[in-house]
Amino acid sequence: MGRKLLLEKAQVENIRSYEVYRKQGGYRSVEKALKTLSPDQVTEEVKKSGLRGRGGAGFPTGMKWSFLAKPTGVPRYLVVNADESEPGTFKDRYLMEFIPHLLIEGMITSSYALGSNRSYIYIRGEYAWITHILEQAIEEARQHGWLGKNILGSGFDCDIYVQRGAGAYICGEETALLESLEGKRGNPRIKPPFPAVKGLWGCPTVVNNVETIAALVPIINEGGEEYAKIGVGKSTGTKLISACGNINKPGVYEIDMTISVEEFIFSDEYCGGIPQGKKLKACIPGGSSVPILPANLLLKTAKGETRMMNYESLADGGFASGSMMGSGGFIVMDDSQCVVRHTYTLARFYRHESCGQCSPCREGTGWMEKILWNLETGKGRSSDIDLLWDIQRKIEGNTICPLGDAAAWPVAAAIRHFRDEFEWHVTHPEEAQKRNYGLAHYADPLLAPVA
Amino acid sequence: MADEIKKTPAPLKVTIDNITVEVPAGTTILNAARQIGGDVTPPAMCYYSKLEGSGGKCRTCLVEVAAGSAADPRPMPKLVASCRTTVMDGMVVKNITSERVQEARAGVVEFLLLNHPLDCPVCDQAGECHLQDLGYEHGKEGTRYQFDRRTFEKEDIGPTIQLHMNRCILCYRCTYVADQLTDNRVHGILDRGDHANISTHISKAIDNNFSGNMIDVCPVGALTDKTFRFKNRVWFTKPVDAHRDCPDCCGKVTLWQRGDEVLRVTARKDEWGEVQSYEGKPGWICNTCRFEKKAATDWVIEGPTTVNRHSVISQGHYLGMQKPKETIQEVMSGLNPRLLMDIHDVSEVNKLELSQLPGAATSANFKNESTKSE
Repeated sequence: MGRKLLLEKAQVENIRSYEVYRKQGGYRSVEKALKTLSPDQVTEEVKKSGLRGRGGAGFPTGMKWSFLAKPTGVPRYLVVNADESEPGTFKDRYLMEFIPHLLIEGMITSSYALGSNRSYIYIRGEYAWITHILEQAIEEARQHGWLGKNILGSGFDCDIYVQRGAGAYICGEETALLESLEGKRGNPRIKPPFPAVKGLWGCPTVVNNVETIAALVPIINEGGEEYAKIGVGKSTGTKLISACGNINKPGVYEIDMTISVEEFIFSDEYCGGIPQGKKLKACIPGGSSVPILPANLLLKTAKGETRMMNYESLADGGFASGSMMGSGGFIVMDDSQCVVRHTYTLARFYRHESCGQCSPCREGTGWMEKILWNLETGKGRSSDIDLLWDIQRKIEGNTICPLGDAAAWPVAAAIRHFRDEFEWHVTHPEEAQKRNYGLAHYADPLLAPVA
Repeated sequence: MADEIKKTPAPLKVTIDNITVEVPAGTTILNAARQIGGDVTPPAMCYYSKLEGSGGKCRTCLVEVAAGSAADPRPMPKLVASCRTTVMDGMVVKNITSERVQEARAGVVEFLLLNHPLDCPVCDQAGECHLQDLGYEHGKEGTRYQFDRRTFEKEDIGPTIQLHMNRCILCYRCTYVADQLTDNRVHGILDRGDHANISTHISKAIDNNFSGNMIDVCPVGALTDKTFRFKNRVWFTKPVDAHRDCPDCCGKVTLWQRGDEVLRVTARKDEWGEVQSYEGKPGWICNTCRFEKKAATDWVIEGPTTVNRHSVISQGHYLGMQKPKETIQEVMSGLNPRLLMDIHDVSEVNKLELSQLPGAATSANFKNESTKSE
């Protein structure tokens, strides 16, 4: 059983309320930080902890914080990205819904470190009820003196506001989020300047994921070095994984990055295996935009090593034979799933969520969706597969924000690993309407690499 | 970072396609390339130097940065939008010398044309359309798109402007015009993704006195002048520089005439297709000049407009055509490839100013002309 830091108390009855949370040791990290540490020391602890951004990119949080420009006389802002819209990802929802005070606690400490007197939670519009939960938690914290002026007599003022989005995936991109928070159309900004220099209302801003900020609580409580001892290599601490798809026990799990993918899927402690005795066919280990992997590459890397649930191991082999940790949206597919259908669904999502600002993403995502629909419905041609490949290559890296990449990667990976299935849809258009391609060879052991 | 740049006013050296120029700090790669001119300049569909904040959206100006700066000569991993990336000292940029750029740009052209209607034969912008030029210079001859194009209804967004959303490439220039030239913007982008479109909340709401400049900045035929629609093809009209004393604007315009009749009035354009500047201020014109002063007597005629030689409008053989700058020898590091770059370089026909002949040209004119020039 791995160690739990964030969800340790999640099952305590009424942990959502301030009294219970405080009784369970809540807000200790704020006391410790504000009374014994300077803001720079907090940042130093985060650096020592090796914490990496939990939103998807995995950028070291301490380093991100140290990039924050600190001109005098200009306010700085901390914005928490709770616009969790990546298909398959619902870890932040769990965290905010059940232990909202953990986020508030982390935010106070982070705001102290960054010098933000007004911090924001930008929450996705569909999480309407969580907005109320968070606002209630903020109100409780304020009444007990954790927010407001001169917190704990430290001279530090901080207030937290919750802003609901209006239902756009793109507003999870940090600059689009800032635009939306400012009350404008949620179009990503052109970088540079980066938010650390010019963010919210032109002021230096740090945008962090909910889980990243929540991780501040154990980091401060236990110290950065202690936190860094959990996990392996550069994947330190614990990570929330939201598992879904064809598994017996979907849900949010906290892992300490030392377990293997196989254990995560099949052990009863986590996903509990695949229902109805079906076989594992494929998996998207980090939310819809990371590359899909077939079963044989998922459980073992191309080099034949066991693939572990951490940043490095999941990315082992690059995009040729690896994937990414991403946001932790773990989607498992059994042998009754159709990869073409699945890729079409994702392409449809990205077409719908593209902001329409830059041409490759605006036009390319729709084009890919239409071609995939043709392939799925038996109207595809074999040249369409190459065309898809070419389109995704022309989108990737050429757009303003990473949504273009996010739309291109799943298509690229599906073709890279499941080309047979695409071709079967072209060569057997009628059969493909009646049945799925099935497992085929996707779980067969890989040939040993030629030395 | 901006403060640091201000402290060092020394010019920065940037090398674009083997040609080195010195530019002041804060200059973008695109503007540095415009200093060089010719083919080295990346095309720009959404960037408009006179509109603050424009650019970065169309992705046609993507370039490869082979070396970030003299201090940090690492290449940039991704192609960057040259219109929004400022140069660093010692930066090395590859535009036409980079295959990656050429391929990405062809891709962007294909994306831009994907849903663009092929209605050039009935489009008023034809002949002065930046997308036509871009497609001709950087695109492929065919499309791989086999689906129905996305369509919108035509819409009068103001008493004098009609919007053909089908043709729009969402460059956002017209929204910047409304933001920066008029007192308040009444149109904008509705919806998102491939169904994003430009519109007004209240129909026909655009009536500001400077709203007509939206037509001038539109790179395609999406915003058209209702007083000129279907009157004539631009290459049959005669552009003439003219001015009048206007209380609202600079009054410096180009008249597009047929005979003595003024068919259209536009602001004067520079070689990049942008409105010309006078004493550092862009020469935007007001709607009164643009839509209401349609008699030659309203204007003081200055003389024929200089027309860029690569423009189809130059087929009328007007005086004072500008020849595009040739950079190939510099780009090829001094080599002079034997390329058939321009038919007019090897043809005698071009050396004759047809407009100066008293009557129709005959073979005798060409013979005389060629012997004279030798």
